[in-house]
Amino acid sequence: MLLPLLFTVAQAAGAPLPEAVQLLWRPLVGALLVNTIGLMLATVAVTAPVGVLCAWLVERTDLPGRRLFAVLAAVPLAIPPFITSYAWISLSSALQGFWGALVVVGSAYMPLVYLPVAAALRGMDPAIEESGRVLGLGPSACFLRLVLPQLRPALLGGMLLVALNVLVEFGAFALLRFRTFTTELYAQYRTGLVGPDSALLAVVLLAFCLLCLALEQAVRGGGAQASLTRGARRPPARYRLGLARLPALLVFGALAAATLGVPIGTILFWLTRHDDDATTAAGVSAARLLDATLGSLSLALAGAATTVLLALPLGFVTVRYPGRLATLLERTAYLGQGVPGIVVALALVSLAIRLIQPLYQTAPLLIMAYAILFLPLALVSVRSAFAQAQARLEEAGRVLGLPPLAVALRIVLPLAAPGLGAAAALVFVAVVTELTTTLLLSPIGTETLATTVWADTTTLAFAAAAPYAATMMALSLGSTWVLARRFGRVLG
Amino acid sequence: MSALLVSGLSKSFGDTAVLRGLELDVPERSLVAVLGASGGGKTTLLRLVCGFERPDAGRIAIGGTDVEGPGLHRRPERRRIGYVAQDGALFPHLSVAANILFGLDRPGRRDRIRAERLLELVGLPAAYAARPPQALSGGEQQRVALARALAPAPRLVLLDEPFSALDAALRAGTRRAVAAALAAAGATALLVTHDQSEALSMGDQVGVLRDGRLVQVAPPAELYRHPVDAALACFVGEAVLLDGEARAGAVTCPLGRLALSRVVADGPVRVMVRPEQIAVGPDGAAARVVTVSYYGHDASLGLVLADGTAVSARVGGAQALGLRPGAETWLVVAGPVVAFPARDL
Repeated sequence: MLLPLLFTVAQAAGAPLPEAVQLLWRPLVGALLVNTIGLMLATVAVTAPVGVLCAWLVERTDLPGRRLFAVLAAVPLAIPPFITSYAWISLSSALQGFWGALVVVGSAYMPLVYLPVAAALRGMDPAIEESGRVLGLGPSACFLRLVLPQLRPALLGGMLLVALNVLVEFGAFALLRFRTFTTELYAQYRTGLVGPDSALLAVVLLAFCLLCLALEQAVRGGGAQASLTRGARRPPARYRLGLARLPALLVFGALAAATLGVPIGTILFWLTRHDDDATTAAGVSAARLLDATLGSLSLALAGAATTVLLALPLGFVTVRYPGRLATLLERTAYLGQGVPGIVVALALVSLAIRLIQPLYQTAPLLIMAYAILFLPLALVSVRSAFAQAQARLEEAGRVLGLPPLAVALRIVLPLAAPGLGAAAALVFVAVVTELTTTLLLSPIGTETLATTVWADTTTLAFAAAAPYAATMMALSLGSTWVLARRFGRVLG
Repeated sequence: MSALLVSGLSKSFGDTAVLRGLELDVPERSLVAVLGASGGGKTTLLRLVCGFERPDAGRIAIGGTDVEGPGLHRRPERRRIGYVAQDGALFPHLSVAANILFGLDRPGRRDRIRAERLLELVGLPAAYAARPPQALSGGEQQRVALARALAPAPRLVLLDEPFSALDAALRAGTRRAVAAALAAAGATALLVTHDQSEALSMGDQVGVLRDGRLVQVAPPAELYRHPVDAALACFVGEAVLLDGEARAGAVTCPLGRLALSRVVADGPVRVMVRPEQIAVGPDGAAARVVTVSYYGHDASLGLVLADGTAVSARVGGAQALGLRPGAETWLVVAGPVVAFPARDL
């Protein structure tokens, strides 16, 4: 887990100090910093108000069709940003650069603000706002002085997640020809310049990521504002929008058109244009599509199985035997959340070439990368799954005369099964839509949906990419839907 | 003048009529308790007075100003009322002092002294001012919520089952503190509750809400002693109901010939006796003990009279020690009893 990180840092530290300073103090690094940080701030600045507005409209107003909008606002999360950017860039090449990147990552990551803020709004006791109203506050003053302060942890957490995701995003920026740390690292890898130079860049990127992650954890941990509510609550009162309904519907309509309509519409458009000039020499054949789909599926299944298997003991230990060691293990695992895939991939490439040559460009190495990246994702569900199977239920089983194995099979497993299934499904979706590490580490000859879309799009063969993108999106949306239907309650 | 005047108030949710033409008059500087069963419309009444919801019909005037009526709806923030929610609804992101001063204008919100005075008013130490509300017990939170409601000197304070979330040990103390604070502030208050002992002990007047109307509004002792019908008698306390025959200001029933507190027309009646009026004596109506529930300070007896009528009695703890199920004894009734015309049930 820590190996790729330590390796990267060690590699960077290998450079003599003056040289390192010189390497970092270049206009290139400055430009990358301006690009990356600028886009990060802009995305946060756009997604935060839009996310809060959408959450408020859905949770607190009588907006018609709000249940549909609640789903539409969350769905973009299931569409990988590089697919979104493929859709936009194929519309017009004018969308290259900063503004295109802002549109793509903004629409892709808005749900990261929307979801926690909507949950916080749902969980807020309506009596709080009512007390404020009776004390003389109008609706807007109520929002500013009571609602917003209570939303702060959820909002800040969401904003930091957006920032983190912008930092680690690669595919979308590469397609939009927008240079950030991740695209630069990839370029250096392609030109064979992997060394202290790129390790230094990676360390700078890593520092920003871990800072975001640490802040996010701190915000989430700040439980000083824990709710005071006990017992049952009435559902919140909804504001009547009146004439404001129309603009509210327009906002949502425009948003859905941008975040879902464009990607889906563009892919459908390109699907219908087979014999255009936008195809490749390789062309589109059913056999190749099947190959790529099978490649994606097998990698995703293996990745999901491996990751959940790794998460099992970790989750069990942290739930049942909480202590300093367990906390340390857990924290380490969560680091994966803040580590850019490209950094992990590059480190694994270097490691494999130097130390474990036979593993280089094999499936196990790629699956190891998936496990490192998606362990946190699996761990969240696995943890809550074991928390459902409380120790006292196990004890009750033992007292009733069951041996430990029978207890595990008849009590723990049935109780934890939905959570474990959810964990596997989450990782499955994440692997299907993953591009960066797959691109760098996939075995020669193995094609996946993501790498095929990438290959075709970088050569502007938009029509050729469409079937793969469509299959991938169908897989991702389909499994997300199943996930939400089957495990929605568990993930609560 | 009335601090609150409600007339003809009606409200339905879907097909369910919750309030049907409710009338209520809360005089200034008094505490009126509205007693009703769960889901009986108590909270709806408060929410309508607060302005959180709009009635289907009726008028509401607060301090002589109309706030609700045909074509009139004054928003909650402009009604100048105080509101204490079921669990206090303290703002979790603000300190106790900031909570209390929340409803004041900007300079008022910086007035530490005022916060401390209000804390003192509700019987809490001034040192609590800087604490987060999470550090307070449920009863203390409820008192802070009252201080917050009283801070802007509202014309009327509404309390929505303010003690129901507290456990029994905290409830009595918090009740007394709240009643004292309301009296000290000279506030007018409307309290709704489903707990009859709470309503009787706190209210200057108690109104009983049934079928969307207030069936009786009276001082607690009057309500307990002279309920308007048998169902109400059972609702505000334990009651023994017996068939009897009224004649010339007295009634003959299985417990003997009893004096009536109020004259009713001669003829068949339903007699209501409170269990604490029934004493075990050396003579009187013969009865057999069926159950003894011993509470320490007193005990509740279940008995059967000679004609098979079941009655219950409250006796002192010491006296109950001598009684076992199956024991034969005699019952006498102390004080006048109430009779309802027999068609009442």
